[in-house]
Amino acid sequence: MSIKILNPGVLTTVQDLGRMGFQKYGVVVGGAMDSYSLRLANLLVGNSEEEAVLEVTLFGTKIQFEKDMVIAITGGDLQATMDGKKAVMWRPIWVKKGSTLHFKSAKKGCRAYISFAGGLSISNIMGSKSTYLRAEIGGYKGRALQKGDVIECNKLGKAQQDLLKEIQHSGNHWMVNYHPLIHTEQTQQIRVIKGTEFDHLQAKSKEEFFHHPFKVTSNADRMGYRIEGPSLSLTAEVEMLSEGVTFGTIQLPPSGDPIILMADRQTTGGYPKISHVITADLCHLAQLQPMATIYFEEVSLLEAVQLMLEKEKMMDEIKVGLRLKRTKA
Amino acid sequence: MSDHQEKLLAEAVFKPLGDSALIVQIGIGIHPNIQKRVYALSEWMNCHPFTGFIESVPAYNNVTIFYHPIIVCQNAPANLTPYEFVCHYVKKVIKQLDIETNQQERCIDIPVLYGGKYGPDLEYVAQYHNLSVEEVIMIHSREEYLVYMLGFAPGFPFLGGMDEIIATPRKKTPRLSIEQGSVGIAGKQTGIYPLKTPGGWQIIGRTPLSLFHPSKSSPTLLHPGDKIRFVSISQEEFDRYREMSECL
Repeated sequence: MSIKILNPGVLTTVQDLGRMGFQKYGVVVGGAMDSYSLRLANLLVGNSEEEAVLEVTLFGTKIQFEKDMVIAITGGDLQATMDGKKAVMWRPIWVKKGSTLHFKSAKKGCRAYISFAGGLSISNIMGSKSTYLRAEIGGYKGRALQKGDVIECNKLGKAQQDLLKEIQHSGNHWMVNYHPLIHTEQTQQIRVIKGTEFDHLQAKSKEEFFHHPFKVTSNADRMGYRIEGPSLSLTAEVEMLSEGVTFGTIQLPPSGDPIILMADRQTTGGYPKISHVITADLCHLAQLQPMATIYFEEVSLLEAVQLMLEKEKMMDEIKVGLRLKRTKA
Repeated sequence: MSDHQEKLLAEAVFKPLGDSALIVQIGIGIHPNIQKRVYALSEWMNCHPFTGFIESVPAYNNVTIFYHPIIVCQNAPANLTPYEFVCHYVKKVIKQLDIETNQQERCIDIPVLYGGKYGPDLEYVAQYHNLSVEEVIMIHSREEYLVYMLGFAPGFPFLGGMDEIIATPRKKTPRLSIEQGSVGIAGKQTGIYPLKTPGGWQIIGRTPLSLFHPSKSSPTLLHPGDKIRFVSISQEEFDRYREMSECL
Protein backbone atom coordinates (compact mmCIF):
# COMPACT_ATOMS: atom_id res chain seq x y z
CA MET A 1 0.00 0.00 0.00
CA SER A 2 1.20 3.47 -0.73
CA ILE A 3 -1.15 6.41 -0.50
CA LYS A 4 -4.73 6.55 0.67
CA ILE A 5 -7.27 9.24 -0.17
CA LEU A 6 -8.96 10.35 3.06
CA ASN A 7 -10.81 13.16 1.29
CA PRO A 8 -10.77 13.83 -2.47
CA GLY A 9 -11.63 17.52 -2.01
CA VAL A 10 -13.21 19.43 -4.89
CA LEU A 11 -11.49 17.44 -7.66
CA THR A 12 -8.34 15.35 -7.50
CA THR A 13 -7.23 13.46 -10.58
CA VAL A 14 -4.17 11.66 -11.93
CA GLN A 15 -2.60 13.68 -14.75
CA ASP A 16 0.51 13.67 -16.90
CA LEU A 17 1.36 15.73 -19.99
CA GLY A 18 -1.65 14.45 -21.92
CA ARG A 19 -2.76 11.91 -24.48
CA MET A 20 -1.32 12.89 -27.83
CA GLY A 21 -1.86 11.42 -31.24
CA PHE A 22 -5.49 10.40 -30.84
CA GLN A 23 -7.38 13.61 -31.57
CA LYS A 24 -8.23 12.29 -35.02
CA TYR A 25 -10.37 9.71 -33.23
CA GLY A 26 -12.10 12.39 -31.14
CA VAL A 27 -10.02 11.58 -28.06
CA VAL A 28 -9.19 14.68 -26.02
CA VAL A 29 -5.58 15.52 -25.09
CA GLY A 30 -6.27 16.24 -21.40
CA GLY A 31 -3.25 16.27 -19.10
CA ALA A 32 -2.22 18.75 -16.42
CA MET A 33 -3.82 22.18 -16.59
CA ASP A 34 -0.51 23.70 -15.46
CA SER A 35 2.10 21.57 -17.19
CA TYR A 36 5.09 23.61 -15.91
CA SER A 37 4.11 22.87 -12.31
CA LEU A 38 3.70 19.20 -13.19
CA ARG A 39 7.12 19.03 -14.84
CA LEU A 40 8.82 20.82 -11.93
CA ALA A 41 7.12 18.55 -9.39
CA ASN A 42 8.53 15.52 -11.17
CA LEU A 43 12.02 16.98 -11.59
CA LEU A 44 12.19 17.77 -7.87
CA VAL A 45 11.76 14.11 -6.89
CA GLY A 46 14.02 12.73 -9.61
CA ASN A 47 11.24 11.47 -11.90
CA SER A 48 11.10 11.97 -15.63
CA GLU A 49 9.24 15.22 -16.40
CA GLU A 50 6.23 13.52 -17.89
CA GLU A 51 5.46 11.16 -14.99
CA ALA A 52 1.89 11.09 -13.68
CA VAL A 53 1.14 13.16 -10.58
CA LEU A 54 -1.97 14.18 -8.65
CA GLU A 55 -3.67 17.41 -9.65
CA VAL A 56 -5.50 18.87 -6.65
CA THR A 57 -8.12 21.60 -7.13
CA LEU A 58 -8.86 24.47 -4.71
CA PHE A 59 -9.27 22.77 -1.30
CA GLY A 60 -10.25 19.83 0.83
CA THR A 61 -7.94 17.09 -0.45
CA LYS A 62 -6.49 14.88 2.30
CA ILE A 63 -4.00 12.11 1.63
CA GLN A 64 -2.42 9.61 3.98
CA PHE A 65 0.98 8.06 3.31
CA GLU A 66 1.21 4.39 4.05
CA LYS A 67 4.97 4.18 3.73
CA ASP A 68 7.99 6.49 3.87
CA MET A 69 8.43 8.39 0.62
CA VAL A 70 9.69 11.49 -1.10
CA ILE A 71 7.17 13.86 -2.64
CA ALA A 72 7.08 17.42 -3.94
CA ILE A 73 4.21 19.91 -4.05
CA THR A 74 4.10 22.62 -6.70
CA GLY A 75 1.52 24.85 -8.39
CA GLY A 76 -0.97 27.01 -6.53
CA ASP A 77 -0.66 27.64 -2.79
CA LEU A 78 -3.61 25.68 -1.40
CA GLN A 79 -2.21 25.97 2.15
CA ALA A 80 -0.93 22.43 2.37
CA THR A 81 -0.16 21.06 5.81
CA MET A 82 1.66 17.86 6.76
CA ASP A 83 0.34 16.53 10.07
CA GLY A 84 -0.95 20.01 10.84
CA LYS A 85 2.33 21.82 10.10
CA LYS A 86 2.84 23.97 7.03
CA ALA A 87 4.14 21.82 4.18
CA VAL A 88 6.92 23.37 2.15
CA MET A 89 6.31 23.66 -1.57
CA TRP A 90 8.73 23.64 -4.51
CA ARG A 91 11.24 21.25 -3.00
CA PRO A 92 11.46 17.54 -2.28
CA ILE A 93 10.03 16.55 1.09
CA TRP A 94 10.63 13.36 2.95
CA VAL A 95 7.34 12.01 4.29
CA LYS A 96 7.11 9.55 7.16
CA LYS A 97 4.76 6.60 7.03
CA GLY A 98 1.39 7.49 8.55
CA SER A 99 1.62 11.22 7.82
CA THR A 100 -1.37 13.12 6.45
CA LEU A 101 -1.19 15.83 3.81
CA HIS A 102 -4.10 18.25 3.81
CA PHE A 103 -4.89 21.08 1.39
CA LYS A 104 -6.90 23.56 3.46
CA SER A 105 -7.92 26.24 0.98
CA ALA A 106 -6.63 28.11 -2.03
CA LYS A 107 -4.66 31.13 -0.89
CA LYS A 108 -3.03 31.78 -4.26
CA GLY A 109 -3.68 29.86 -7.44
CA CYS A 110 -6.17 27.09 -8.10
CA ARG A 111 -4.33 23.81 -8.66
CA ALA A 112 -1.52 22.09 -6.83
CA TYR A 113 0.51 19.13 -8.06
CA ILE A 114 1.90 16.33 -5.93
CA SER A 115 4.66 14.20 -7.38
CA PHE A 116 5.84 10.93 -5.86
CA ALA A 117 9.43 9.72 -6.25
CA GLY A 118 9.27 6.68 -8.50
CA GLY A 119 5.82 7.65 -9.75
CA LEU A 120 2.37 6.24 -9.13
CA SER A 121 1.52 2.77 -10.31
CA ILE A 122 -0.98 3.74 -13.00
CA SER A 123 -1.40 1.99 -16.32
CA ASN A 124 -0.78 3.70 -19.57
CA ILE A 125 -3.85 3.95 -21.81
CA MET A 126 -3.37 5.25 -25.34
CA GLY A 127 0.03 6.61 -24.46
CA SER A 128 -0.94 8.48 -21.31
CA LYS A 129 -1.82 8.04 -17.64
CA SER A 130 -4.10 11.10 -17.60
CA THR A 131 -7.66 10.73 -16.39
CA TYR A 132 -10.14 11.31 -19.21
CA LEU A 133 -13.22 11.83 -17.09
CA ARG A 134 -15.85 11.81 -19.81
CA ALA A 135 -14.64 8.59 -21.48
CA GLU A 136 -13.89 7.07 -18.06
CA ILE A 137 -10.42 5.93 -19.07
CA GLY A 138 -6.89 6.54 -17.82
CA GLY A 139 -5.79 7.65 -14.36
CA TYR A 140 -7.23 5.73 -11.43
CA LYS A 141 -10.19 3.68 -12.72
CA GLY A 142 -10.94 6.44 -15.23
CA ARG A 143 -12.42 8.70 -12.60
CA ALA A 144 -11.76 11.46 -10.08
CA LEU A 145 -10.32 10.11 -6.83
CA GLN A 146 -12.74 9.16 -4.08
CA LYS A 147 -12.51 8.65 -0.35
CA GLY A 148 -10.83 5.34 0.45
CA ASP A 149 -8.97 4.95 -2.86
CA VAL A 150 -5.52 3.46 -2.44
CA ILE A 151 -2.87 4.03 -5.10
CA GLU A 152 0.36 2.08 -5.18
CA CYS A 153 3.65 3.85 -5.72
CA ASN A 154 6.43 2.44 -7.86
CA LYS A 155 9.71 1.25 -6.37
CA LEU A 156 12.48 3.81 -6.15
CA GLY A 157 15.44 3.75 -8.47
CA LYS A 158 18.99 4.05 -7.13
CA ALA A 159 19.13 7.84 -7.62
CA GLN A 160 15.84 8.30 -5.83
CA GLN A 161 16.91 6.10 -2.92
CA ASP A 162 20.02 8.24 -2.53
CA LEU A 163 17.88 11.36 -2.63
CA LEU A 164 15.60 9.94 0.03
CA LYS A 165 18.58 9.16 2.31
CA GLU A 166 20.04 12.60 1.74
CA ILE A 167 16.85 14.43 2.63
CA GLN A 168 16.12 12.08 5.52
CA HIS A 169 19.50 12.73 7.13
CA SER A 170 20.36 16.32 6.47
CA GLY A 171 17.09 17.83 5.30
CA ASN A 172 17.39 20.52 2.67
CA HIS A 173 16.91 24.19 2.65
CA TRP A 174 16.75 25.07 -0.99
CA MET A 175 13.79 25.34 -3.27
CA VAL A 176 13.12 26.02 -6.89
CA ASN A 177 12.49 29.63 -7.82
CA TYR A 178 9.24 29.27 -9.73
CA HIS A 179 8.30 32.96 -9.82
CA PRO A 180 9.41 33.72 -13.38
CA LEU A 181 7.63 30.58 -14.59
CA ILE A 182 4.27 30.42 -12.87
CA HIS A 183 2.11 33.29 -11.64
CA THR A 184 -0.63 32.54 -9.14
CA GLU A 185 -2.07 36.03 -8.56
CA GLN A 186 -5.78 36.33 -9.20
CA THR A 187 -5.45 39.33 -11.50
CA GLN A 188 -3.45 38.39 -14.56
CA GLN A 189 -2.20 39.90 -17.74
CA ILE A 190 -2.74 37.03 -20.21
CA ARG A 191 -0.99 37.26 -23.57
CA VAL A 192 -2.82 36.17 -26.68
CA ILE A 193 -2.40 36.08 -30.42
CA LYS A 194 -5.36 37.07 -32.56
CA GLY A 195 -7.49 34.27 -33.92
CA THR A 196 -8.68 33.86 -37.49
CA GLU A 197 -12.09 35.33 -36.74
CA PHE A 198 -10.84 38.27 -34.66
CA ASP A 199 -11.38 40.56 -37.61
CA HIS A 200 -15.06 39.63 -37.66
CA LEU A 201 -15.54 41.38 -34.31
CA GLN A 202 -17.21 44.77 -34.31
CA ALA A 203 -14.77 47.65 -33.90
CA LYS A 204 -16.05 48.36 -30.39
CA SER A 205 -15.66 44.70 -29.38
CA LYS A 206 -12.09 44.61 -30.74
CA GLU A 207 -11.20 47.60 -28.62
CA GLU A 208 -12.99 46.24 -25.55
CA PHE A 209 -11.35 42.83 -25.78
CA PHE A 210 -7.93 44.35 -25.16
CA HIS A 211 -8.86 47.19 -22.83
CA HIS A 212 -11.44 45.83 -20.44
CA PRO A 213 -11.08 43.25 -17.70
CA PHE A 214 -12.79 39.86 -18.01
CA LYS A 215 -13.90 37.82 -15.05
CA VAL A 216 -13.57 34.05 -14.81
CA THR A 217 -17.08 32.82 -13.98
CA SER A 218 -18.01 29.87 -11.78
CA ASN A 219 -18.53 28.01 -15.04
CA ALA A 220 -14.84 27.14 -15.22
CA ASP A 221 -13.48 23.62 -15.25
CA ARG A 222 -10.83 21.44 -16.89
CA MET A 223 -12.70 21.67 -20.18
CA GLY A 224 -13.05 25.42 -20.44
CA TYR A 225 -13.49 28.76 -18.67
CA ARG A 226 -16.49 30.87 -19.49
CA ILE A 227 -15.44 34.49 -18.96
CA GLU A 228 -17.52 37.62 -18.59
CA GLY A 229 -16.76 41.18 -19.49
CA PRO A 230 -18.11 43.53 -22.09
CA SER A 231 -20.42 41.46 -24.31
CA LEU A 232 -18.63 40.94 -27.63
CA SER A 233 -20.35 40.85 -30.98
CA LEU A 234 -19.46 40.06 -34.57
CA THR A 235 -20.21 42.32 -37.50
CA ALA A 236 -22.15 39.48 -39.10
CA GLU A 237 -22.76 35.85 -38.34
CA VAL A 238 -19.82 33.71 -39.47
CA GLU A 239 -20.70 30.46 -41.23
CA MET A 240 -18.26 27.95 -39.83
CA LEU A 241 -17.63 24.25 -40.23
CA SER A 242 -16.06 22.37 -37.33
CA GLU A 243 -12.29 22.60 -37.26
CA GLY A 244 -9.52 21.93 -34.79
CA VAL A 245 -9.21 23.85 -31.54
CA THR A 246 -6.44 23.78 -28.98
CA PHE A 247 -5.55 24.53 -25.34
CA GLY A 248 -5.98 28.29 -25.00
CA THR A 249 -8.32 28.84 -27.95
CA ILE A 250 -10.83 31.60 -27.12
CA GLN A 251 -14.15 30.91 -28.81
CA LEU A 252 -17.03 33.34 -29.06
CA PRO A 253 -20.45 31.66 -28.89
CA PRO A 254 -23.55 33.71 -29.83
CA SER A 255 -24.12 34.66 -26.16
CA GLY A 256 -21.25 37.18 -26.48
CA ASP A 257 -19.31 35.77 -23.50
CA PRO A 258 -16.06 34.12 -24.62
CA ILE A 259 -14.99 30.61 -23.63
CA ILE A 260 -11.31 29.77 -23.14
CA LEU A 261 -10.68 26.13 -23.95
CA MET A 262 -8.57 24.27 -21.41
CA ALA A 263 -6.84 20.87 -21.06
CA ASP A 264 -9.94 18.68 -21.49
CA ARG A 265 -11.29 20.65 -24.47
CA GLN A 266 -13.06 18.80 -27.26
CA THR A 267 -10.99 18.04 -30.34
CA THR A 268 -13.00 20.23 -32.72
CA GLY A 269 -15.22 23.27 -32.38
CA GLY A 270 -17.48 25.33 -34.56
CA TYR A 271 -17.57 28.74 -32.86
CA PRO A 272 -15.53 31.68 -34.17
CA LYS A 273 -12.03 31.73 -32.69
CA ILE A 274 -11.19 35.26 -31.67
CA SER A 275 -7.84 34.61 -29.95
CA HIS A 276 -5.45 32.04 -28.56
CA VAL A 277 -3.69 32.27 -25.22
CA ILE A 278 0.02 31.74 -25.84
CA THR A 279 1.54 28.48 -24.58
CA ALA A 280 3.86 30.35 -22.18
CA ASP A 281 0.85 31.80 -20.32
CA LEU A 282 -1.36 28.70 -20.13
CA CYS A 283 0.03 27.84 -16.70
CA HIS A 284 -1.02 31.27 -15.35
CA LEU A 285 -4.48 30.71 -16.76
CA ALA A 286 -4.64 27.28 -15.10
CA GLN A 287 -4.05 28.93 -11.73
CA LEU A 288 -7.05 31.29 -11.96
CA GLN A 289 -10.01 30.67 -9.69
CA PRO A 290 -13.60 31.64 -10.45
CA MET A 291 -13.94 35.44 -9.98
CA ALA A 292 -10.33 36.03 -11.03
CA THR A 293 -9.64 38.94 -13.39
CA ILE A 294 -7.98 38.70 -16.79
CA TYR A 295 -6.58 41.47 -18.97
CA PHE A 296 -5.73 40.35 -22.49
CA GLU A 297 -2.59 41.65 -24.14
CA GLU A 298 -1.76 41.07 -27.77
CA VAL A 299 1.56 39.59 -28.91
CA SER A 300 2.64 38.36 -32.33
CA LEU A 301 3.06 34.71 -33.24
CA LEU A 302 6.82 35.22 -33.31
CA GLU A 303 6.81 36.78 -29.83
CA ALA A 304 4.69 33.87 -28.56
CA VAL A 305 7.33 31.41 -29.76
CA GLN A 306 10.15 33.50 -28.27
CA LEU A 307 8.35 33.62 -24.91
CA MET A 308 7.94 29.85 -25.03
CA LEU A 309 11.63 29.43 -25.79
CA GLU A 310 12.55 31.69 -22.86
CA LYS A 311 10.45 29.58 -20.56
CA GLU A 312 12.03 26.37 -21.78
CA LYS A 313 15.43 27.95 -21.13
CA MET A 314 14.38 28.63 -17.53
CA MET A 315 13.26 25.01 -17.24
CA ASP A 316 16.65 23.87 -18.57
CA GLU A 317 18.46 26.04 -16.01
CA ILE A 318 16.39 24.54 -13.22
CA LYS A 319 17.21 21.06 -14.50
CA VAL A 320 20.92 21.83 -14.48
CA GLY A 321 20.63 23.28 -10.98
CA LEU A 322 18.88 20.19 -9.71
CA ARG A 323 21.45 17.93 -11.30
CA LEU A 324 24.25 19.83 -9.56
CA LYS A 325 22.51 19.47 -6.21
CA ARG A 326 22.18 15.74 -6.80
CA THR A 327 25.86 15.29 -7.63
CA LYS A 328 26.81 17.18 -4.47
CA ALA A 329 24.58 14.90 -2.47
CA MET B 1 2.96 18.67 -60.11
CA SER B 2 -0.29 17.85 -61.89
CA ASP B 3 -2.95 20.45 -62.70
CA HIS B 4 -5.02 19.02 -59.93
CA GLN B 5 -2.25 19.38 -57.36
CA GLU B 6 -1.48 22.88 -58.56
CA LYS B 7 -5.11 23.86 -58.14
CA LEU B 8 -5.20 22.29 -54.69
CA LEU B 9 -2.12 24.23 -53.62
CA ALA B 10 -3.49 27.49 -55.00
CA GLU B 11 -6.74 27.00 -53.08
CA ALA B 12 -5.16 25.92 -49.78
CA VAL B 13 -5.61 28.45 -46.96
CA PHE B 14 -3.21 28.38 -44.03
CA LYS B 15 -3.96 29.90 -40.65
CA PRO B 16 -2.22 29.58 -37.29
CA LEU B 17 -4.12 27.92 -34.44
CA GLY B 18 -2.27 29.47 -31.53
CA ASP B 19 1.51 29.09 -31.39
CA SER B 20 1.68 25.30 -31.65
CA ALA B 21 -0.70 24.30 -34.42
CA LEU B 22 -2.01 25.39 -37.78
CA ILE B 23 -5.09 24.74 -39.82
CA VAL B 24 -4.91 24.16 -43.54
CA GLN B 25 -8.23 24.50 -45.31
CA ILE B 26 -8.40 22.62 -48.60
CA GLY B 27 -11.86 23.12 -50.00
CA ILE B 28 -15.10 24.94 -49.37
CA GLY B 29 -18.10 23.28 -47.78
CA ILE B 30 -18.94 19.64 -47.18
CA HIS B 31 -18.39 17.30 -50.09
CA PRO B 32 -17.18 13.68 -50.49
CA ASN B 33 -14.34 14.84 -52.79
CA ILE B 34 -13.14 17.33 -50.21
CA GLN B 35 -13.30 14.61 -47.57
CA LYS B 36 -10.95 12.53 -49.74
CA ARG B 37 -8.42 15.35 -50.00
CA VAL B 38 -8.58 16.02 -46.28
CA TYR B 39 -8.07 12.37 -45.43
CA ALA B 40 -5.22 12.00 -47.93
CA LEU B 41 -3.36 15.01 -46.53
CA SER B 42 -3.91 13.99 -42.93
CA GLU B 43 -2.73 10.41 -43.53
CA TRP B 44 0.29 11.58 -45.51
CA MET B 45 1.33 13.79 -42.60
CA ASN B 46 0.95 10.89 -40.18
CA CYS B 47 3.09 8.64 -42.37
CA HIS B 48 5.72 11.28 -43.22
CA PRO B 49 6.02 13.47 -40.13
CA PHE B 50 8.55 16.33 -39.92
CA THR B 51 10.69 16.60 -36.79
CA GLY B 52 8.47 18.13 -34.12
CA PHE B 53 5.20 16.91 -35.65
CA ILE B 54 2.67 15.83 -33.00
CA GLU B 55 -0.52 14.87 -34.82
CA SER B 56 -2.90 15.81 -37.58
CA VAL B 57 -6.65 16.04 -37.13
CA PRO B 58 -8.93 15.87 -40.17
CA ALA B 59 -12.24 17.75 -40.18
CA TYR B 60 -14.83 18.48 -42.94
CA ASN B 61 -12.70 20.68 -45.20
CA ASN B 62 -9.54 21.20 -43.19
CA VAL B 63 -6.70 19.51 -41.37
CA THR B 64 -5.23 20.75 -38.10
CA ILE B 65 -1.54 20.04 -37.64
CA PHE B 66 -0.12 20.14 -34.13
CA TYR B 67 3.63 20.61 -33.61
CA HIS B 68 6.26 21.33 -30.94
CA PRO B 69 7.51 24.85 -31.85
CA ILE B 70 10.72 24.32 -29.90
CA ILE B 71 11.64 21.07 -31.61
CA VAL B 72 10.70 22.57 -34.98
CA CYS B 73 12.92 25.60 -34.18
CA GLN B 74 15.88 23.37 -33.46
CA ASN B 75 15.58 21.66 -36.83
CA ALA B 76 14.22 24.33 -39.18
CA PRO B 77 16.36 26.79 -41.15
CA ALA B 78 17.11 29.84 -39.01
CA ASN B 79 15.21 32.25 -41.28
CA LEU B 80 11.91 30.46 -40.77
CA THR B 81 9.58 30.60 -37.79
CA PRO B 82 8.10 27.22 -36.75
CA TYR B 83 4.78 28.25 -38.32
CA GLU B 84 6.43 29.16 -41.61
CA PHE B 85 8.45 25.95 -41.61
CA VAL B 86 5.33 23.79 -41.11
CA CYS B 87 3.45 25.76 -43.82
CA HIS B 88 6.32 25.12 -46.25
CA TYR B 89 6.34 21.45 -45.38
CA VAL B 90 2.60 21.07 -45.88
CA LYS B 91 2.79 22.91 -49.23
CA LYS B 92 5.47 20.49 -50.33
CA VAL B 93 3.23 17.60 -49.31
CA ILE B 94 0.25 19.00 -51.24
CA LYS B 95 2.41 19.28 -54.38
CA GLN B 96 2.83 15.53 -54.45
CA LEU B 97 -0.37 14.41 -52.81
CA ASP B 98 -2.04 11.41 -54.39
CA ILE B 99 -5.69 11.72 -53.47
CA GLU B 100 -7.19 8.76 -55.26
CA THR B 101 -5.12 5.83 -54.03
CA ASN B 102 -4.83 6.81 -50.41
CA GLN B 103 -8.15 5.79 -48.99
CA GLN B 104 -9.49 2.32 -48.37
CA GLU B 105 -13.15 1.94 -49.21
CA ARG B 106 -14.88 0.31 -46.29
CA CYS B 107 -18.60 -0.14 -45.90
CA ILE B 108 -19.75 -1.02 -42.41
CA ASP B 109 -23.22 -2.15 -41.39
CA ILE B 110 -24.42 -0.66 -38.13
CA PRO B 111 -27.20 -2.81 -36.66
CA VAL B 112 -29.86 -0.68 -34.94
CA LEU B 113 -32.80 -1.62 -32.80
CA TYR B 114 -35.19 1.21 -33.67
CA GLY B 115 -37.87 2.57 -31.33
CA GLY B 116 -39.15 1.29 -27.99
CA LYS B 117 -37.08 2.06 -24.93
CA TYR B 118 -33.92 2.29 -27.05
CA GLY B 119 -35.41 4.89 -29.40
CA PRO B 120 -37.75 6.99 -27.25
CA ASP B 121 -38.05 9.81 -29.82
CA LEU B 122 -38.82 7.68 -32.88
CA GLU B 123 -42.56 8.30 -32.61
CA TYR B 124 -42.01 12.03 -32.17
CA VAL B 125 -39.87 12.13 -35.32
CA ALA B 126 -42.57 10.22 -37.24
CA GLN B 127 -45.35 12.52 -35.98
CA TYR B 128 -43.27 15.62 -36.73
CA HIS B 129 -43.12 14.63 -40.40
CA ASN B 130 -46.51 12.94 -40.68
CA LEU B 131 -44.83 9.65 -41.41
CA SER B 132 -45.29 6.22 -39.90
CA VAL B 133 -42.62 4.82 -37.61
CA GLU B 134 -41.84 2.18 -40.26
CA GLU B 135 -41.34 4.88 -42.89
CA VAL B 136 -38.85 6.75 -40.70
CA ILE B 137 -36.90 3.51 -40.15
CA MET B 138 -37.00 2.75 -43.86
CA ILE B 139 -35.76 6.24 -44.82
CA HIS B 140 -33.05 6.28 -42.14
CA SER B 141 -31.74 2.82 -43.05
CA ARG B 142 -31.90 3.02 -46.83
CA GLU B 143 -29.19 5.66 -47.29
CA GLU B 144 -25.47 5.15 -47.38
CA TYR B 145 -23.70 7.59 -45.07
CA LEU B 146 -20.17 8.93 -45.35
CA VAL B 147 -18.08 9.38 -42.20
CA TYR B 148 -16.59 12.85 -42.72
CA MET B 149 -14.75 13.16 -39.43
CA LEU B 150 -14.65 12.04 -35.81
CA GLY B 151 -14.98 14.56 -32.99
CA PHE B 152 -17.08 15.70 -30.03
CA ALA B 153 -16.43 12.36 -28.26
CA PRO B 154 -14.10 9.44 -29.03
CA GLY B 155 -15.36 7.68 -32.14
CA PHE B 156 -18.35 10.00 -32.63
CA PRO B 157 -18.91 10.10 -36.40
CA PHE B 158 -19.94 13.24 -38.27
CA LEU B 159 -22.04 11.67 -41.04
CA GLY B 160 -23.23 13.02 -44.34
CA GLY B 161 -26.09 11.75 -46.42
CA MET B 162 -29.25 11.80 -44.33
CA ASP B 163 -32.44 12.32 -46.28
CA GLU B 164 -33.80 15.72 -45.29
CA ILE B 165 -37.34 14.28 -45.20
CA ILE B 166 -36.59 13.14 -41.64
CA ALA B 167 -34.55 16.18 -40.50
CA THR B 168 -35.85 17.04 -37.02
CA PRO B 169 -34.87 19.87 -34.65
CA ARG B 170 -33.02 19.06 -31.43
CA LYS B 171 -35.01 18.62 -28.23
CA LYS B 172 -35.78 21.91 -26.47
CA THR B 173 -34.47 20.52 -23.18
CA PRO B 174 -31.49 18.21 -23.61
CA ARG B 175 -31.56 14.85 -21.84
CA LEU B 176 -29.19 14.61 -18.90
CA SER B 177 -27.98 11.27 -20.09
CA ILE B 178 -28.05 9.48 -23.42
CA GLU B 179 -26.97 5.86 -23.39
CA GLN B 180 -23.93 4.61 -25.24
CA GLY B 181 -24.79 3.40 -28.76
CA SER B 182 -27.81 5.68 -29.11
CA VAL B 183 -28.60 6.66 -32.70
CA GLY B 184 -30.04 10.12 -33.05
CA ILE B 185 -31.12 12.92 -35.36
CA ALA B 186 -30.33 16.62 -34.86
CA GLY B 187 -31.54 18.87 -37.65
CA LYS B 188 -30.08 17.48 -40.88
CA GLN B 189 -27.51 15.39 -39.05
CA THR B 190 -27.62 11.84 -37.83
CA GLY B 191 -25.07 10.15 -35.59
CA ILE B 192 -24.24 7.60 -32.94
CA TYR B 193 -23.24 8.37 -29.34
CA PRO B 194 -20.13 6.30 -28.51
CA LEU B 195 -20.32 7.19 -24.80
CA LYS B 196 -23.00 7.97 -22.27
CA THR B 197 -23.36 11.75 -22.31
CA PRO B 198 -25.94 14.51 -21.96
CA GLY B 199 -27.39 15.64 -25.28
CA GLY B 200 -30.30 17.11 -27.16
CA TRP B 201 -30.58 14.80 -30.16
CA GLN B 202 -33.80 12.96 -31.02
CA ILE B 203 -32.97 9.35 -30.15
CA ILE B 204 -34.52 6.88 -32.58
CA GLY B 205 -32.66 3.68 -31.78
CA ARG B 206 -29.58 2.01 -30.38
CA THR B 207 -26.76 -0.07 -31.79
CA PRO B 208 -25.30 -2.95 -29.80
CA LEU B 209 -21.89 -2.26 -31.38
CA SER B 210 -19.26 -0.45 -29.41
CA LEU B 211 -17.68 2.47 -31.25
CA PHE B 212 -14.74 3.13 -28.92
CA HIS B 213 -12.10 0.60 -27.84
CA PRO B 214 -9.39 2.36 -25.82
CA SER B 215 -7.21 -0.74 -25.60
CA LYS B 216 -6.97 -1.39 -29.34
CA SER B 217 -4.35 0.13 -31.60
CA SER B 218 -7.13 1.54 -33.77
CA PRO B 219 -9.39 2.70 -30.95
CA THR B 220 -12.50 3.51 -32.94
CA LEU B 221 -14.81 1.33 -35.01
CA LEU B 222 -15.29 4.03 -37.65
CA HIS B 223 -12.75 6.13 -39.53
CA PRO B 224 -13.13 9.17 -41.76
CA GLY B 225 -13.95 8.02 -45.28
CA ASP B 226 -15.86 4.92 -44.16
CA LYS B 227 -19.33 4.39 -45.58
CA ILE B 228 -21.93 3.09 -43.21
CA ARG B 229 -25.44 1.76 -43.46
CA PHE B 230 -27.92 1.36 -40.61
CA VAL B 231 -29.59 -2.04 -40.56
CA SER B 232 -32.80 -2.50 -38.59
CA ILE B 233 -32.60 -5.46 -36.20
CA SER B 234 -34.90 -7.17 -33.70
CA GLN B 235 -34.55 -7.41 -29.93
CA GLU B 236 -33.29 -11.00 -30.28
CA GLU B 237 -30.61 -9.93 -32.73
CA PHE B 238 -29.69 -7.00 -30.48
CA ASP B 239 -29.24 -9.35 -27.52
CA ARG B 240 -27.20 -11.76 -29.63
CA TYR B 241 -24.83 -8.95 -30.74
CA ARG B 242 -24.42 -7.95 -27.11
CA GLU B 243 -23.55 -11.49 -26.06
CA MET B 244 -21.11 -11.79 -28.94
CA SER B 245 -19.38 -8.54 -28.08
CA GLU B 246 -19.00 -9.70 -24.47
CA CYS B 247 -17.18 -12.81 -25.72
CA LEU B 248 -14.77 -10.79 -27.85
